[in-house]
Amino acid sequence: MKDLGMNLALSAEEKSLLELITPELVKIGKDRSKLIPILQLIQEKLAYLPGEAIHMVADHLSISPSEVYGVATFYNQFRFNPPGRNPVKVCLGTACHVKGGDIILENFERKLDIKEGQTTPDREFSIERVACVGCCALAPVTVVGQTVHGHMQPSKVEGLVLRARIEREKQQREKQKNESSE
Amino acid sequence: MSPANKEHANPRFDEIREKAETRKRAFKEAPGPKIHIGMATCGIASGALETKDAFEQMLAQLGIDAQIHTVGCIGHCYAEPFVIIDHPESGFPPIFYPEVTPGKANMLTKLFLAEGDPRFEHILGATEKNEMIPWVMEFARFSQEKRVVMEKCGHIDPEDIYDYIAADGYSTLAGMFQRTPQEIIREIKNSGLRGRGGAGFPTGPKWELAANEARDTKLVICNADEGDPGAYMDRTILESNPHQVLEGIIACAYAIGAHKAVVYVRAEYPLAVRIITGAIQQAKQLGLVGKDILGSSFDLDIEVFQGSGAFVCGEETALIRSIEGFRGMPRHRPPYPVQSGLWGKPTVINNVKTLASIAPILKNGAAWYRKIGTENSPGTAIFSVVGDVVHPGLIEIPMGVTLRTLIFDICGGIPKKKKFKAVQIGGPSGGCLPEDFLDTPIDFDSLTQAGAMMGSGGMVVMDEDTCTVDISRYFLDFTQKESCGECTFCRIGTFHLLTILERITEGEGNEADLKTLEQLSEDIKNGSLCGLGKTAPNPVLTSLRYFKDDYDAHVEEKRCPGMMCRPLVAYYIDLEKCARGCDACVGCCPVEAVFTTSNRKKGIDQSLCVKCGECMVACPPEYDAVRKVSPPQLAPIVERPQQTVKEHK
Repeated sequence: MKDLGMNLALSAEEKSLLELITPELVKIGKDRSKLIPILQLIQEKLAYLPGEAIHMVADHLSISPSEVYGVATFYNQFRFNPPGRNPVKVCLGTACHVKGGDIILENFERKLDIKEGQTTPDREFSIERVACVGCCALAPVTVVGQTVHGHMQPSKVEGLVLRARIEREKQQREKQKNESSE
Repeated sequence: MSPANKEHANPRFDEIREKAETRKRAFKEAPGPKIHIGMATCGIASGALETKDAFEQMLAQLGIDAQIHTVGCIGHCYAEPFVIIDHPESGFPPIFYPEVTPGKANMLTKLFLAEGDPRFEHILGATEKNEMIPWVMEFARFSQEKRVVMEKCGHIDPEDIYDYIAADGYSTLAGMFQRTPQEIIREIKNSGLRGRGGAGFPTGPKWELAANEARDTKLVICNADEGDPGAYMDRTILESNPHQVLEGIIACAYAIGAHKAVVYVRAEYPLAVRIITGAIQQAKQLGLVGKDILGSSFDLDIEVFQGSGAFVCGEETALIRSIEGFRGMPRHRPPYPVQSGLWGKPTVINNVKTLASIAPILKNGAAWYRKIGTENSPGTAIFSVVGDVVHPGLIEIPMGVTLRTLIFDICGGIPKKKKFKAVQIGGPSGGCLPEDFLDTPIDFDSLTQAGAMMGSGGMVVMDEDTCTVDISRYFLDFTQKESCGECTFCRIGTFHLLTILERITEGEGNEADLKTLEQLSEDIKNGSLCGLGKTAPNPVLTSLRYFKDDYDAHVEEKRCPGMMCRPLVAYYIDLEKCARGCDACVGCCPVEAVFTTSNRKKGIDQSLCVKCGECMVACPPEYDAVRKVSPPQLAPIVERPQQTVKEHK
């Protein structure tokens, strides 16, 4: 079962983004065949589908929220948890599986103490399994943020997590510095 | 039919072609070297963007006037990111460089572009025949391929329509509009082209059925919902040569009388979505898509629909449901989509590769196409060969080539001097074939006969260290998750198949399980509506048939011969070989299972070990002390001393 994440409160930023979508919905129209494109649009803006969005779409198309959920959960593209700032995508395509992709996934899960499909409480990391990112010659492959890491090894996992955390801290320090200097 | 379409003068197209050729000439004649960089998803994943940046910066720094030409994927995944440098002034032919990292890019700019030294040690080959450097066509990986669909992939810029037109693209359209739709259908029928989506349904007759439907609105759908976790040729074609697909769509629409076409491509392929959308735009601007194409009074509108990722949507009726805004669940056929498809209209659904084959057929004639491949399966097949081969990647070969040629000659065989064990063909719908089948010719019928399937064209080569039970479990895990839930046998049956396989790979299987697997597999095949359920048990059935020994070892001896099933293996450290004081394995262990014994050698705490194999990689080859055994009881027990080294400190 996918966690539908309905308990997570929307941030103010997400709320305003959602409001911006309303006029676009009017433009798209109320045709049932627009359901998937609408869900894709919302996910593109918010990076996930919060419960509020599902209700909004249901009202717009005059169908029940469960119908919208039914379609959204059917497809792999839609997620119901906000992704972390560093989404970790572990490739479990055939080539990566043969070369031990599941061991890499397990290591990330252990290191971050979350399961695939979940996000760390500080929203820093999320883990997803994906089927083939398209560089099978580099198997096993993991994508952290936008960067593809080939020939992954369990011992590289710790380094990647650490690097992302250090960079984040650096950014925050600089931000604080900038704020205090202003 | 005469292949020469040039005689069909079309002033509008001639004008476009003239412009394309002028641009190509200008590019060719421009002074300075030309650098071609492969920039499809695979190239970018391997770092092509960084390579391109490095070239640009270094060229600017050294003040060299060179042109960078971004192209698609050439299919040689092992060589990514690849670069072809054409530097006529140096006196060398165009050179193919594999694995060009930013560092290599800097070095080549400095030493080759500025100083004229091509750095022989980094060369894969020359792309033209010459006296100095081996020609790539002398290598089996290049010469034994026959490129029809992927001919232009990796040679043209997919985001520039003129590049395609200058390479003779869209040249079939002008001639096509002078022929009747019936003639086009006859040409395709005569070519014997069979659908490349997996099942191999003849394309010509499919079009004819749709053409014979006396309805006003008809539709064409290009199926690029590639779901097999190990196949990526559809994406590569869309990313590297989208216009050849569009040319095929236009021909199909003209033949059946459709004025609307949909390209159904996965949203997970953002680059492919962007490139095909851009390609449609460009074609529209030149009047090759839209109203009154090239003055023929034929209209065609093409749009892109982004699929949301469900394996079952590769099935045509499920795909239609998903465009209509519902869950992608298949329905009974008949009526077939050619009679009642999207929104109840006659719809032809063809795979990307099928549509990309149309333009070459119309250009060279059906007889030419018939000469490629075998009697019943003319043409070429594209495979994504991955796993334990030296040169993985996308390979287009004529049908009828044997698996042995494909794996050992073209892909360079099994690395590390290991033995071939099995090849899995067709992804989750296909099967595992053993060595006995290596001389099987690859075509639709002989693969089906062997129990595998052309399917998506995914091919995984496995060496002796692979467990076929685990591979079956992997594919079942995939199909079980992707089953849409409509048919009971598929929904519940695959779940139970998976449970049994999991039990076996954990060493909990029994004799009766093997019989149940077989029986249940047959039942699922019979009790499912669509191709997903009908083929889901194939990996299990073929591995049971050809690799019974693997199953027996798991069930009877609780041993995994390929040492892949982690519950059935154990790592231990050979104390005879372990070197005192070496800490290589301690540092790499992710769970701190490696400890120091009382004589400063190392041991593994089996209760903590997650069997990732890191210590085996880390152990220096001169000691080579880490051993992997199956069943796990074979590992000698080394007691962890009461006080660890840390506590001593």
